[in-house]
Amino acid sequence: MAEKIATRAAYGKALVDLAQQYPELVVLDADLSGSTMSASFAKTYPDRFYNMGIAEGNMIGVAAGLAACGKKPFASSFAMFAAGRAFEQVRNSVGYPHLNVKVVGSHGGLSVGEDGATHQCCEDFAVMRSIPGMVVCCPCDGAEMTAAVKALLDYEGPAYLRLGRLAVETVTDAIPGYQFELGKGVTLRQGGDVTVIAVGLMVQKALAAAEMLAGEGIDVRVIDMHTIKPLDTELVLKAARETGCIVTTEEHNIVGGLGEAVCACVAEGCPVPVVRHGVADVFGRSGKAEEVLAHYGLTAEGIADCCRRAVKLKKG
Amino acid sequence: MEQKELHSLQLTAAKVRSLALDMVHSAASGHIGGSLSVADILTTLYFKAMEVDPTQPKAPGRDRLVLSKGHCTPALYATLALRGYFPVEELKLFRSIQGHMSGHPDMNHVPGVDMSTGSLGQGISAAVGMALAGKQDSLDYRVYAVLGDGEIEEGQVWEAAMAAAKYHLDNLIALVDVNGLQIDGKTADVMPSEPLDKKFEAFNWNTIRVDGHDISALAQALEQAKANKGKPTAILCDTVKGKGVSFMENNAGWHGKAPNDEQYAQAHAELAATLEVLEKEGM
Repeated sequence: MAEKIATRAAYGKALVDLAQQYPELVVLDADLSGSTMSASFAKTYPDRFYNMGIAEGNMIGVAAGLAACGKKPFASSFAMFAAGRAFEQVRNSVGYPHLNVKVVGSHGGLSVGEDGATHQCCEDFAVMRSIPGMVVCCPCDGAEMTAAVKALLDYEGPAYLRLGRLAVETVTDAIPGYQFELGKGVTLRQGGDVTVIAVGLMVQKALAAAEMLAGEGIDVRVIDMHTIKPLDTELVLKAARETGCIVTTEEHNIVGGLGEAVCACVAEGCPVPVVRHGVADVFGRSGKAEEVLAHYGLTAEGIADCCRRAVKLKKG
Repeated sequence: MEQKELHSLQLTAAKVRSLALDMVHSAASGHIGGSLSVADILTTLYFKAMEVDPTQPKAPGRDRLVLSKGHCTPALYATLALRGYFPVEELKLFRSIQGHMSGHPDMNHVPGVDMSTGSLGQGISAAVGMALAGKQDSLDYRVYAVLGDGEIEEGQVWEAAMAAAKYHLDNLIALVDVNGLQIDGKTADVMPSEPLDKKFEAFNWNTIRVDGHDISALAQALEQAKANKGKPTAILCDTVKGKGVSFMENNAGWHGKAPNDEQYAQAHAELAATLEVLEKEGM
Protein backbone atom coordinates (compact mmCIF):
# COMPACT_ATOMS: atom_id res chain seq x y z
CA MET A 1 0.00 0.00 0.00
CA ALA A 2 1.40 3.35 -1.05
CA GLU A 3 1.67 6.17 1.43
CA LYS A 4 -1.56 7.97 2.31
CA ILE A 5 -1.43 11.63 3.13
CA ALA A 6 -3.93 14.49 2.91
CA THR A 7 -2.95 17.18 0.43
CA ARG A 8 -3.49 19.76 3.20
CA ALA A 9 -0.83 18.01 5.26
CA ALA A 10 1.56 18.12 2.31
CA TYR A 11 0.71 21.82 1.89
CA GLY A 12 1.56 22.64 5.51
CA LYS A 13 4.82 20.74 5.30
CA ALA A 14 5.79 22.30 1.97
CA LEU A 15 5.34 25.82 3.37
CA VAL A 16 7.76 25.04 6.18
CA ASP A 17 10.22 23.24 3.91
CA LEU A 18 10.30 26.08 1.37
CA ALA A 19 10.36 29.00 3.82
CA GLN A 20 14.15 29.35 3.87
CA GLN A 21 14.46 29.17 0.12
CA TYR A 22 11.73 31.78 -0.36
CA PRO A 23 12.22 34.57 2.18
CA GLU A 24 9.31 36.55 0.64
CA LEU A 25 6.87 33.74 1.51
CA VAL A 26 4.32 34.84 4.12
CA VAL A 27 1.27 32.89 5.23
CA LEU A 28 -2.12 34.12 6.34
CA ASP A 29 -4.99 32.19 7.81
CA ALA A 30 -8.47 32.94 9.12
CA ASP A 31 -8.68 30.98 12.37
CA LEU A 32 -8.43 27.60 10.63
CA SER A 33 -4.68 27.08 10.65
CA GLY A 34 -5.04 23.74 12.42
CA SER A 35 -7.34 22.49 9.67
CA THR A 36 -5.58 24.04 6.68
CA MET A 37 -2.31 22.83 8.26
CA SER A 38 -0.67 26.22 7.98
CA ALA A 39 -0.22 25.96 11.77
CA SER A 40 3.19 24.30 11.46
CA PHE A 41 4.42 27.30 9.46
CA ALA A 42 2.94 29.60 12.11
CA LYS A 43 4.89 27.76 14.77
CA THR A 44 8.16 27.66 12.86
CA TYR A 45 8.02 31.16 11.37
CA PRO A 46 5.77 33.22 13.67
CA ASP A 47 7.06 36.50 12.24
CA ARG A 48 5.92 35.53 8.77
CA PHE A 49 2.50 34.24 9.75
CA TYR A 50 -0.60 36.39 10.17
CA ASN A 51 -3.73 35.01 11.75
CA MET A 52 -6.40 37.41 10.54
CA GLY A 53 -9.22 35.91 12.57
CA ILE A 54 -12.61 34.98 11.15
CA ALA A 55 -12.50 37.69 8.51
CA GLU A 56 -11.70 36.18 5.13
CA GLY A 57 -12.49 39.26 3.04
CA ASN A 58 -9.98 41.30 5.00
CA MET A 59 -7.45 38.47 4.88
CA ILE A 60 -7.49 38.50 1.07
CA GLY A 61 -7.16 42.30 0.98
CA VAL A 62 -4.25 42.21 3.42
CA ALA A 63 -2.61 39.53 1.28
CA ALA A 64 -3.03 41.85 -1.72
CA GLY A 65 -1.28 44.66 0.15
CA LEU A 66 1.57 42.35 1.14
CA ALA A 67 1.93 41.21 -2.47
CA ALA A 68 1.97 44.85 -3.63
CA CYS A 69 5.08 45.21 -1.45
CA GLY A 70 6.86 42.20 -2.94
CA LYS A 71 5.79 39.46 -0.54
CA LYS A 72 4.56 36.07 -1.73
CA PRO A 73 1.46 35.54 0.42
CA PHE A 74 -0.42 32.25 0.71
CA ALA A 75 -3.81 32.95 2.32
CA SER A 76 -5.73 29.92 3.47
CA SER A 77 -9.15 29.10 4.83
CA PHE A 78 -11.83 26.57 3.97
CA ALA A 79 -12.62 26.64 0.24
CA MET A 80 -16.13 27.83 1.06
CA PHE A 81 -14.79 31.01 2.64
CA ALA A 82 -11.56 31.62 0.72
CA ALA A 83 -13.18 31.27 -2.69
CA GLY A 84 -16.82 31.76 -1.75
CA ARG A 85 -17.17 34.42 0.90
CA ALA A 86 -14.11 36.33 -0.28
CA PHE A 87 -14.88 35.97 -4.00
CA GLU A 88 -15.22 39.67 -4.62
CA GLN A 89 -12.05 40.52 -2.71
CA VAL A 90 -10.20 37.91 -4.77
CA ARG A 91 -11.71 39.32 -7.94
CA ASN A 92 -11.12 43.02 -7.28
CA SER A 93 -8.12 43.20 -4.92
CA VAL A 94 -6.13 40.26 -6.33
CA GLY A 95 -7.33 39.27 -9.79
CA TYR A 96 -7.89 42.69 -11.33
CA PRO A 97 -4.51 44.17 -10.27
CA HIS A 98 -2.94 40.74 -11.03
CA LEU A 99 -1.23 40.57 -7.66
CA ASN A 100 0.92 37.67 -6.58
CA VAL A 101 -1.49 36.17 -4.04
CA LYS A 102 -2.11 32.45 -3.65
CA VAL A 103 -5.64 31.92 -2.40
CA VAL A 104 -5.75 28.55 -0.70
CA GLY A 105 -9.04 26.73 -0.12
CA SER A 106 -8.90 23.66 2.07
CA HIS A 107 -11.60 21.05 2.61
CA GLY A 108 -12.90 21.59 -0.91
CA GLY A 109 -15.80 19.51 -2.18
CA LEU A 110 -18.07 17.14 -0.26
CA SER A 111 -15.38 15.51 1.83
CA VAL A 112 -15.75 17.97 4.70
CA GLY A 113 -18.37 15.33 5.46
CA GLU A 114 -20.06 15.78 8.80
CA ASP A 115 -20.15 19.60 8.69
CA GLY A 116 -22.71 19.39 5.92
CA ALA A 117 -23.77 21.54 3.00
CA THR A 118 -22.82 24.97 4.38
CA HIS A 119 -19.16 23.91 4.46
CA GLN A 120 -19.07 21.62 1.42
CA CYS A 121 -17.80 23.91 -1.31
CA CYS A 122 -18.53 22.48 -4.75
CA GLU A 123 -18.41 25.84 -6.49
CA ASP A 124 -14.84 27.03 -5.90
CA PHE A 125 -13.43 25.94 -9.27
CA ALA A 126 -16.35 27.64 -11.02
CA VAL A 127 -16.00 31.03 -9.37
CA MET A 128 -12.20 31.08 -9.31
CA ARG A 129 -11.81 30.11 -12.96
CA SER A 130 -14.24 32.84 -13.96
CA ILE A 131 -11.70 35.48 -12.87
CA PRO A 132 -9.45 36.58 -15.75
CA GLY A 133 -5.83 35.55 -15.32
CA MET A 134 -6.47 33.30 -12.33
CA VAL A 135 -4.64 29.96 -12.16
CA VAL A 136 -6.78 27.21 -10.62
CA CYS A 137 -4.98 24.17 -9.27
CA CYS A 138 -5.99 21.09 -7.28
CA PRO A 139 -3.30 18.42 -6.87
CA CYS A 140 -4.39 14.82 -6.37
CA ASP A 141 -1.87 13.61 -3.81
CA GLY A 142 0.77 14.71 -1.34
CA ALA A 143 3.70 14.47 -3.73
CA GLU A 144 1.90 16.54 -6.32
CA MET A 145 0.86 19.11 -3.70
CA THR A 146 4.46 19.54 -2.57
CA ALA A 147 5.50 20.19 -6.16
CA ALA A 148 2.53 22.51 -6.73
CA VAL A 149 3.37 24.74 -3.76
CA LYS A 150 6.89 25.21 -5.12
CA ALA A 151 5.61 25.85 -8.64
CA LEU A 152 3.18 28.45 -7.29
CA LEU A 153 5.98 30.16 -5.38
CA ASP A 154 7.88 30.43 -8.65
CA TYR A 155 4.80 31.69 -10.50
CA GLU A 156 4.24 35.46 -10.29
CA GLY A 157 0.50 36.06 -10.37
CA PRO A 158 -2.81 35.22 -8.74
CA ALA A 159 -3.74 31.60 -8.21
CA TYR A 160 -6.24 29.45 -6.38
CA LEU A 161 -5.05 26.22 -4.81
CA ARG A 162 -7.55 23.68 -3.49
CA LEU A 163 -6.51 21.34 -0.67
CA GLY A 164 -8.30 18.16 0.34
CA ARG A 165 -9.26 17.05 3.82
CA LEU A 166 -8.90 13.28 3.42
CA ALA A 167 -5.73 11.25 3.38
CA VAL A 168 -5.26 9.95 -0.15
CA GLU A 169 -2.98 7.41 -1.73
CA THR A 170 0.09 8.79 -3.49
CA VAL A 171 -0.16 7.90 -7.16
CA THR A 172 2.02 10.39 -8.99
CA ASP A 173 5.31 9.11 -7.59
CA ALA A 174 5.02 5.97 -9.71
CA ILE A 175 5.33 7.83 -13.02
CA PRO A 176 8.85 7.64 -14.42
CA GLY A 177 10.37 11.08 -14.94
CA TYR A 178 7.29 12.93 -13.67
CA GLN A 179 7.85 16.63 -13.25
CA PHE A 180 5.03 18.85 -12.09
CA GLU A 181 4.28 21.79 -14.33
CA LEU A 182 1.39 24.23 -13.85
CA GLY A 183 -1.04 23.93 -16.74
CA LYS A 184 0.22 20.52 -17.85
CA GLY A 185 -1.93 17.45 -17.18
CA VAL A 186 -0.40 14.10 -16.37
CA THR A 187 -1.29 10.85 -18.11
CA LEU A 188 -1.29 8.29 -15.33
CA ARG A 189 -2.54 5.39 -17.41
CA GLN A 190 -2.62 4.79 -21.13
CA GLY A 191 -5.79 3.56 -22.82
CA GLY A 192 -7.55 3.69 -26.17
CA ASP A 193 -11.32 3.38 -25.60
CA VAL A 194 -12.14 6.31 -23.32
CA THR A 195 -10.23 8.98 -21.40
CA VAL A 196 -11.09 9.89 -17.84
CA ILE A 197 -9.90 13.39 -16.99
CA ALA A 198 -9.87 13.68 -13.23
CA VAL A 199 -8.92 16.21 -10.59
CA GLY A 200 -8.21 15.97 -6.87
CA LEU A 201 -9.24 12.85 -5.02
CA MET A 202 -11.23 11.63 -8.02
CA VAL A 203 -7.91 10.75 -9.68
CA GLN A 204 -7.42 7.73 -7.41
CA LYS A 205 -11.04 6.70 -7.97
CA ALA A 206 -10.55 7.06 -11.74
CA LEU A 207 -7.60 4.70 -11.59
CA ALA A 208 -9.74 2.21 -9.66
CA ALA A 209 -12.51 2.59 -12.26
CA ALA A 210 -9.99 1.90 -15.03
CA GLU A 211 -8.98 -1.34 -13.29
CA MET A 212 -12.63 -2.39 -13.02
CA LEU A 213 -13.33 -1.66 -16.67
CA ALA A 214 -10.23 -3.48 -17.86
CA GLY A 215 -12.04 -6.63 -16.79
CA GLU A 216 -14.87 -5.72 -19.18
CA GLY A 217 -12.51 -5.10 -22.05
CA ILE A 218 -12.77 -1.31 -21.89
CA ASP A 219 -9.33 0.25 -22.15
CA VAL A 220 -9.32 3.47 -20.08
CA ARG A 221 -6.83 6.30 -20.24
CA VAL A 222 -6.54 8.35 -17.04
CA ILE A 223 -5.37 11.93 -16.94
CA ASP A 224 -4.67 13.80 -13.71
CA MET A 225 -5.66 17.37 -14.58
CA HIS A 226 -4.23 19.15 -11.55
CA THR A 227 -4.53 22.54 -13.22
CA ILE A 228 -8.04 23.42 -14.33
CA LYS A 229 -6.99 26.85 -15.53
CA PRO A 230 -5.10 27.27 -17.74
CA LEU A 231 -6.37 23.97 -19.08
CA ASP A 232 -3.95 21.68 -20.88
CA THR A 233 -5.95 21.86 -24.11
CA GLU A 234 -3.29 20.03 -26.07
CA LEU A 235 -3.56 16.98 -23.85
CA VAL A 236 -7.39 17.12 -23.83
CA LEU A 237 -7.61 17.32 -27.62
CA LYS A 238 -5.09 14.53 -28.02
CA ALA A 239 -7.26 12.36 -25.78
CA ALA A 240 -10.37 13.36 -27.77
CA ARG A 241 -8.72 12.39 -31.04
CA GLU A 242 -7.19 9.16 -29.79
CA THR A 243 -9.95 7.75 -27.58
CA GLY A 244 -13.00 9.34 -29.21
CA CYS A 245 -14.82 10.07 -25.96
CA ILE A 246 -14.11 11.61 -22.57
CA VAL A 247 -15.37 11.40 -19.02
CA THR A 248 -14.55 14.18 -16.59
CA THR A 249 -14.69 13.61 -12.86
CA GLU A 250 -14.41 16.13 -10.06
CA GLU A 251 -15.45 16.63 -6.44
CA HIS A 252 -17.33 19.74 -7.57
CA ASN A 253 -20.58 20.75 -9.15
CA ILE A 254 -20.75 19.54 -12.76
CA VAL A 255 -21.63 23.17 -13.47
CA GLY A 256 -18.67 25.48 -13.94
CA GLY A 257 -15.73 23.24 -13.12
CA LEU A 258 -13.37 20.84 -14.89
CA GLY A 259 -16.21 19.19 -16.81
CA GLU A 260 -17.38 22.35 -18.47
CA ALA A 261 -13.81 23.49 -19.12
CA VAL A 262 -13.14 20.22 -20.96
CA CYS A 263 -16.48 20.42 -22.80
CA ALA A 264 -15.64 23.90 -24.10
CA CYS A 265 -12.20 22.77 -25.22
CA VAL A 266 -13.50 19.66 -26.97
CA ALA A 267 -16.49 21.42 -28.57
CA GLU A 268 -14.20 24.02 -30.12
CA GLY A 269 -11.31 21.74 -31.04
CA CYS A 270 -12.44 18.14 -31.60
CA PRO A 271 -16.12 17.45 -30.90
CA VAL A 272 -16.54 14.05 -29.27
CA PRO A 273 -18.94 12.87 -26.54
CA VAL A 274 -18.08 14.12 -23.05
CA VAL A 275 -19.81 12.80 -19.95
CA ARG A 276 -19.45 14.96 -16.84
CA HIS A 277 -19.18 13.13 -13.54
CA GLY A 278 -19.35 15.09 -10.30
CA VAL A 279 -21.88 16.64 -7.97
CA ALA A 280 -25.06 16.86 -10.04
CA ASP A 281 -25.97 20.50 -9.30
CA VAL A 282 -27.24 19.79 -5.80
CA PHE A 283 -26.16 20.72 -2.28
CA GLY A 284 -24.42 18.20 -0.07
CA ARG A 285 -25.46 16.80 3.30
CA SER A 286 -23.91 15.60 6.54
CA GLY A 287 -22.30 12.20 6.90
CA LYS A 288 -18.90 10.60 7.05
CA ALA A 289 -16.85 11.83 4.12
CA GLU A 290 -16.75 8.55 2.20
CA GLU A 291 -20.46 8.02 2.88
CA VAL A 292 -21.30 11.45 1.52
CA LEU A 293 -19.13 10.89 -1.56
CA ALA A 294 -20.87 7.54 -2.12
CA HIS A 295 -24.31 9.09 -1.57
CA TYR A 296 -23.68 11.46 -4.48
CA GLY A 297 -22.11 8.79 -6.67
CA LEU A 298 -18.56 10.08 -6.41
CA THR A 299 -17.10 6.59 -6.49
CA ALA A 300 -15.09 4.41 -8.85
CA GLU A 301 -18.36 2.68 -9.77
CA GLY A 302 -19.89 6.05 -10.62
CA ILE A 303 -16.97 6.85 -12.92
CA ALA A 304 -17.15 3.40 -14.51
CA ASP A 305 -20.86 3.92 -15.29
CA CYS A 306 -20.02 7.21 -16.99
CA CYS A 307 -17.29 5.48 -19.01
CA ARG A 308 -19.74 2.86 -20.26
CA ARG A 309 -22.14 5.66 -21.27
CA ALA A 310 -19.38 7.57 -23.04
CA VAL A 311 -18.25 4.54 -25.01
CA LYS A 312 -21.88 3.86 -25.97
CA LEU A 313 -22.33 7.47 -27.10
CA LYS A 314 -19.19 7.24 -29.18
CA LYS A 315 -20.49 4.16 -30.95
CA GLY A 316 -23.76 6.04 -31.59
CA MET B 1 2.66 76.11 9.07
CA GLU B 2 4.09 79.22 7.48
CA GLN B 3 1.62 81.42 5.65
CA LYS B 4 3.53 81.08 2.38
CA GLU B 5 3.42 77.29 2.46
CA LEU B 6 -0.21 77.27 3.50
CA HIS B 7 -1.07 79.57 0.66
CA SER B 8 0.76 77.40 -1.83
CA LEU B 9 -1.13 74.31 -0.62
CA GLN B 10 -4.46 76.12 -0.80
CA LEU B 11 -3.66 77.12 -4.34
CA THR B 12 -2.82 73.54 -5.24
CA ALA B 13 -6.07 72.28 -3.71
CA ALA B 14 -7.99 74.86 -5.72
CA LYS B 15 -6.28 73.60 -8.89
CA VAL B 16 -7.14 70.01 -7.95
CA ARG B 17 -10.81 71.01 -7.64
CA SER B 18 -10.78 72.81 -10.94
CA LEU B 19 -9.10 69.92 -12.78
CA ALA B 20 -11.46 67.40 -11.17
CA LEU B 21 -14.45 69.39 -12.39
CA ASP B 22 -13.00 69.56 -15.91
CA MET B 23 -12.39 65.79 -15.90
CA VAL B 24 -15.91 64.90 -14.84
CA HIS B 25 -17.42 67.34 -17.29
CA SER B 26 -15.37 66.21 -20.27
CA ALA B 27 -15.96 62.53 -19.43
CA ALA B 28 -19.64 63.32 -18.84
CA SER B 29 -19.38 60.97 -15.86
CA GLY B 30 -17.52 60.57 -12.61
CA HIS B 31 -17.75 61.43 -8.94
CA ILE B 32 -17.42 65.13 -8.37
CA GLY B 33 -19.03 65.56 -4.92
CA GLY B 34 -16.57 63.38 -3.00
CA SER B 35 -13.66 64.62 -5.13
CA LEU B 36 -14.36 68.17 -4.03
CA SER B 37 -14.65 67.13 -0.38
CA VAL B 38 -11.37 65.16 -0.41
CA ALA B 39 -9.27 67.67 -2.38
CA ASP B 40 -7.67 69.39 0.64
CA ILE B 41 -6.93 66.03 2.25
CA LEU B 42 -5.14 64.64 -0.81
CA THR B 43 -3.27 67.90 -1.39
CA THR B 44 -1.99 67.98 2.19
CA LEU B 45 -0.92 64.36 1.90
CA TYR B 46 0.91 64.47 -1.44
CA PHE B 47 2.35 67.98 -1.12
CA LYS B 48 3.14 68.07 2.59
CA ALA B 49 2.94 64.86 4.60
CA MET B 50 4.05 62.09 2.26
CA GLU B 51 7.61 61.22 1.34
CA VAL B 52 7.41 60.36 -2.33
CA ASP B 53 9.42 60.92 -5.47
CA PRO B 54 7.25 61.10 -8.59
CA THR B 55 10.23 60.08 -10.72
CA GLN B 56 10.41 56.81 -8.77
CA PRO B 57 6.79 55.81 -8.25
CA LYS B 58 7.70 52.21 -7.31
CA ALA B 59 10.54 52.95 -4.88
CA PRO B 60 10.35 50.32 -2.10
CA GLY B 61 10.84 52.84 0.69
CA ARG B 62 8.20 55.33 -0.48
CA ASP B 63 5.14 56.32 1.49
CA ARG B 64 2.02 54.74 0.03
CA LEU B 65 -1.54 55.94 -0.36
CA VAL B 66 -4.56 53.75 -0.90
CA LEU B 67 -7.67 55.61 -2.02
CA SER B 68 -10.12 53.23 -0.41
CA LYS B 69 -12.97 55.52 -1.51
CA GLY B 70 -11.79 54.72 -5.01
CA HIS B 71 -14.50 56.54 -6.90
CA CYS B 72 -12.80 59.87 -6.18
CA THR B 73 -10.29 59.43 -8.99
CA PRO B 74 -10.90 62.95 -10.33
CA ALA B 75 -9.27 64.34 -7.19
CA LEU B 76 -6.61 61.61 -6.97
CA TYR B 77 -5.51 61.75 -10.61
CA ALA B 78 -5.51 65.57 -10.58
CA THR B 79 -3.35 65.55 -7.43
CA LEU B 80 -0.94 62.99 -8.89
CA ALA B 81 -0.64 64.95 -12.13
CA LEU B 82 0.06 68.21 -10.28
CA ARG B 83 2.60 66.38 -8.11
CA GLY B 84 4.40 65.38 -11.29
CA TYR B 85 3.63 61.70 -11.73
CA PHE B 86 2.34 62.26 -15.26
CA PRO B 87 1.42 65.24 -17.48
CA VAL B 88 -1.75 67.15 -16.58
CA GLU B 89 -2.66 66.76 -20.26
CA GLU B 90 -3.42 63.05 -19.67
CA LEU B 91 -6.33 63.94 -17.41
CA LYS B 92 -8.28 64.78 -20.54
CA LEU B 93 -8.61 61.06 -21.21
CA PHE B 94 -10.29 60.41 -17.85
CA ARG B 95 -12.79 57.55 -18.26
CA SER B 96 -12.08 57.51 -21.99
CA ILE B 97 -11.69 54.33 -24.03
CA GLN B 98 -8.74 56.02 -25.69
CA GLY B 99 -6.68 56.29 -22.52
CA HIS B 100 -5.95 54.44 -19.33
CA MET B 101 -7.32 56.96 -16.80
CA SER B 102 -9.86 54.44 -15.54
CA GLY B 103 -12.93 55.42 -13.54
CA HIS B 104 -11.44 53.83 -10.43
CA PRO B 105 -7.74 53.73 -9.47
CA ASP B 106 -5.62 51.35 -11.51
CA MET B 107 -2.17 50.60 -10.08
CA ASN B 108 -0.96 48.97 -13.27
CA HIS B 109 -1.66 51.85 -15.63
CA VAL B 110 -1.69 55.12 -13.70
CA PRO B 111 1.72 56.18 -12.31
CA GLY B 112 1.58 56.95 -8.61
CA VAL B 113 -1.46 54.79 -7.86
CA ASP B 114 -0.32 52.34 -5.17
CA MET B 115 -3.38 50.07 -5.14
CA SER B 116 -6.28 49.33 -7.46
CA THR B 117 -9.45 50.09 -5.57
CA GLY B 118 -13.06 50.89 -6.18
CA SER B 119 -15.04 48.21 -4.44
CA LEU B 120 -15.64 49.93 -1.11
CA GLY B 121 -14.07 48.59 2.04
CA GLN B 122 -11.26 46.74 0.28
CA GLY B 123 -8.59 49.41 0.11
CA ILE B 124 -8.11 49.67 3.85
CA SER B 125 -7.27 45.95 3.97
CA ALA B 126 -4.61 46.35 1.31
CA ALA B 127 -3.22 49.28 3.30
CA VAL B 128 -2.98 46.99 6.34
CA GLY B 129 -1.04 44.48 4.22
CA MET B 130 1.36 47.20 3.03
CA ALA B 131 1.91 48.38 6.60
CA LEU B 132 2.59 44.78 7.72
CA ALA B 133 5.13 44.40 4.91
CA GLY B 134 6.86 47.61 6.01
CA LYS B 135 7.11 46.34 9.57
CA GLN B 136 8.46 43.01 8.41
CA ASP B 137 11.08 44.58 6.17
CA SER B 138 12.00 47.20 8.79
CA LEU B 139 11.27 49.96 6.30
CA ASP B 140 10.06 53.18 7.85
CA TYR B 141 7.55 54.16 5.18
CA ARG B 142 4.00 55.06 6.12
CA VAL B 143 0.77 53.92 4.55
CA TYR B 144 -2.17 56.30 4.21
CA ALA B 145 -5.68 55.03 3.55
CA VAL B 146 -8.37 57.49 2.56
CA LEU B 147 -11.89 56.32 3.26
CA GLY B 148 -15.37 57.73 2.92
CA ASP B 149 -17.87 57.92 5.74
CA GLY B 150 -20.36 56.02 3.58
CA GLU B 151 -17.74 53.39 2.78
CA ILE B 152 -17.25 52.79 6.45
CA GLU B 153 -20.58 50.95 6.51
CA GLU B 154 -18.77 48.03 4.86
CA GLY B 155 -17.96 45.38 7.48
CA GLN B 156 -14.56 44.78 5.94
CA VAL B 157 -13.40 48.22 7.15
CA TRP B 158 -13.85 47.04 10.72
CA GLU B 159 -12.21 43.68 10.02
CA ALA B 160 -9.22 45.67 8.80
CA ALA B 161 -9.41 48.02 11.78
CA MET B 162 -9.19 45.05 14.17
CA ALA B 163 -6.21 43.62 12.29
CA ALA B 164 -4.36 46.96 12.23
CA ALA B 165 -4.71 47.29 15.99
CA LYS B 166 -3.69 43.67 16.57
CA TYR B 167 -0.41 44.25 14.75
CA HIS B 168 0.20 47.70 16.31
CA LEU B 169 0.44 49.34 12.90
CA ASP B 170 1.56 52.81 13.89
CA ASN B 171 2.81 53.16 10.30
CA LEU B 172 -0.82 53.16 9.12
CA ILE B 173 -2.87 56.35 9.07
CA ALA B 174 -6.48 56.27 7.92
CA LEU B 175 -8.17 59.50 6.92
CA VAL B 176 -11.94 59.45 6.78
CA ASP B 177 -13.58 62.03 4.55
CA VAL B 178 -16.63 62.66 6.71
CA ASN B 179 -18.84 64.60 4.33
CA GLY B 180 -22.04 63.20 5.80
CA LEU B 181 -23.56 62.13 2.50
CA GLN B 182 -23.79 58.98 0.41
CA ILE B 183 -25.63 58.10 -2.77
CA ASP B 184 -29.07 57.73 -1.24
CA GLY B 185 -28.84 60.72 1.08
CA LYS B 186 -27.44 61.60 4.49
CA THR B 187 -25.35 58.90 6.11
CA ALA B 188 -27.22 59.75 9.29
CA ASP B 189 -30.41 58.55 7.54
CA VAL B 190 -29.11 55.77 5.29
CA MET B 191 -26.92 54.10 7.92
CA PRO B 192 -25.77 56.16 10.86
CA SER B 193 -22.06 55.61 11.44
CA GLU B 194 -21.30 58.17 14.15
CA PRO B 195 -19.76 58.42 16.63
CA LEU B 196 -16.81 57.51 14.45
CA ASP B 197 -14.18 58.60 16.97
CA LYS B 198 -15.64 56.33 19.63
CA LYS B 199 -15.87 53.45 17.16
CA PHE B 200 -12.22 53.71 16.15
CA GLU B 201 -11.17 54.16 19.76
CA ALA B 202 -13.10 51.03 20.67
CA PHE B 203 -11.12 49.23 17.97
CA ASN B 204 -7.96 50.42 19.73
CA TRP B 205 -6.95 53.17 17.32
CA ASN B 206 -5.80 56.69 18.09
CA THR B 207 -8.23 59.23 16.73
CA ILE B 208 -7.97 62.88 15.77
CA ARG B 209 -10.92 64.96 14.59
CA VAL B 210 -10.18 67.85 12.29
CA ASP B 211 -11.73 70.31 9.82
CA GLY B 212 -10.98 68.54 6.54
CA HIS B 213 -10.79 71.81 4.65
CA ASP B 214 -8.32 73.44 7.03
CA ILE B 215 -5.01 72.50 5.46
CA SER B 216 -3.00 73.81 8.37
CA ALA B 217 -5.04 71.72 10.80
CA LEU B 218 -4.80 68.68 8.52
CA ALA B 219 -1.02 69.00 8.36
CA GLN B 220 -0.85 69.31 12.12
CA ALA B 221 -3.07 66.24 12.59
CA LEU B 222 -0.84 64.26 10.25
CA GLU B 223 2.27 65.27 12.20
CA GLN B 224 0.54 64.19 15.40
CA ALA B 225 -0.47 60.88 13.78
CA LYS B 226 3.11 60.23 12.64
CA ALA B 227 4.35 60.76 16.18
CA ASN B 228 1.90 58.23 17.64
CA LYS B 229 3.51 54.91 18.53
CA GLY B 230 2.05 51.46 19.01
CA LYS B 231 -1.35 52.06 17.42
CA PRO B 232 -2.78 53.03 14.05
CA THR B 233 -4.36 56.47 13.82
CA ALA B 234 -7.66 57.50 12.28
CA ILE B 235 -7.99 61.15 11.30
CA LEU B 236 -11.66 62.00 11.02
CA CYS B 237 -11.91 64.89 8.60
CA ASP B 238 -15.15 66.86 8.70
CA THR B 239 -15.81 68.04 5.17
CA VAL B 240 -18.48 69.40 2.86
CA LYS B 241 -19.43 67.25 -0.09
CA GLY B 242 -19.18 69.34 -3.24
CA LYS B 243 -16.95 71.90 -1.45
CA GLY B 244 -16.30 75.01 -3.51
CA VAL B 245 -19.28 74.84 -5.85
CA SER B 246 -22.32 76.47 -4.27
CA PHE B 247 -25.02 74.33 -5.84
CA MET B 248 -23.11 71.08 -5.26
CA GLU B 249 -22.34 71.66 -1.60
CA ASN B 250 -24.11 69.30 0.79
CA ASN B 251 -26.17 67.87 -2.04
CA ALA B 252 -26.15 64.07 -2.32
CA GLY B 253 -27.40 64.37 -5.89
CA TRP B 254 -23.88 65.39 -6.94
CA HIS B 255 -22.28 62.17 -5.71
CA GLY B 256 -21.82 60.60 -9.10
CA LYS B 257 -23.34 62.98 -11.59
CA ALA B 258 -21.61 65.07 -14.25
CA PRO B 259 -22.67 68.70 -14.69
CA ASN B 260 -24.25 69.73 -17.98
CA ASP B 261 -22.62 72.57 -19.92
CA GLU B 262 -24.54 75.28 -18.13
CA GLN B 263 -23.89 73.82 -14.69
CA TYR B 264 -20.26 73.34 -15.63
CA ALA B 265 -19.93 76.98 -16.65
CA GLN B 266 -21.24 78.14 -13.29
CA ALA B 267 -19.18 75.64 -11.29
CA HIS B 268 -16.09 76.48 -13.29
CA ALA B 269 -16.64 80.19 -12.71
CA GLU B 270 -16.96 79.70 -8.95
CA LEU B 271 -13.80 77.58 -8.70
CA ALA B 272 -11.94 79.96 -11.00
CA ALA B 273 -12.93 82.89 -8.81
CA THR B 274 -11.53 81.13 -5.74
CA LEU B 275 -8.35 80.35 -7.64
CA GLU B 276 -8.05 83.95 -8.78
CA VAL B 277 -8.38 85.28 -5.25
CA LEU B 278 -5.68 82.89 -4.06
CA GLU B 279 -3.40 83.82 -6.94
CA LYS B 280 -3.81 87.53 -6.20
CA GLU B 281 -3.07 86.92 -2.53
CA GLY B 282 0.16 85.26 -3.53
CA MET B 283 1.42 88.19 -5.53
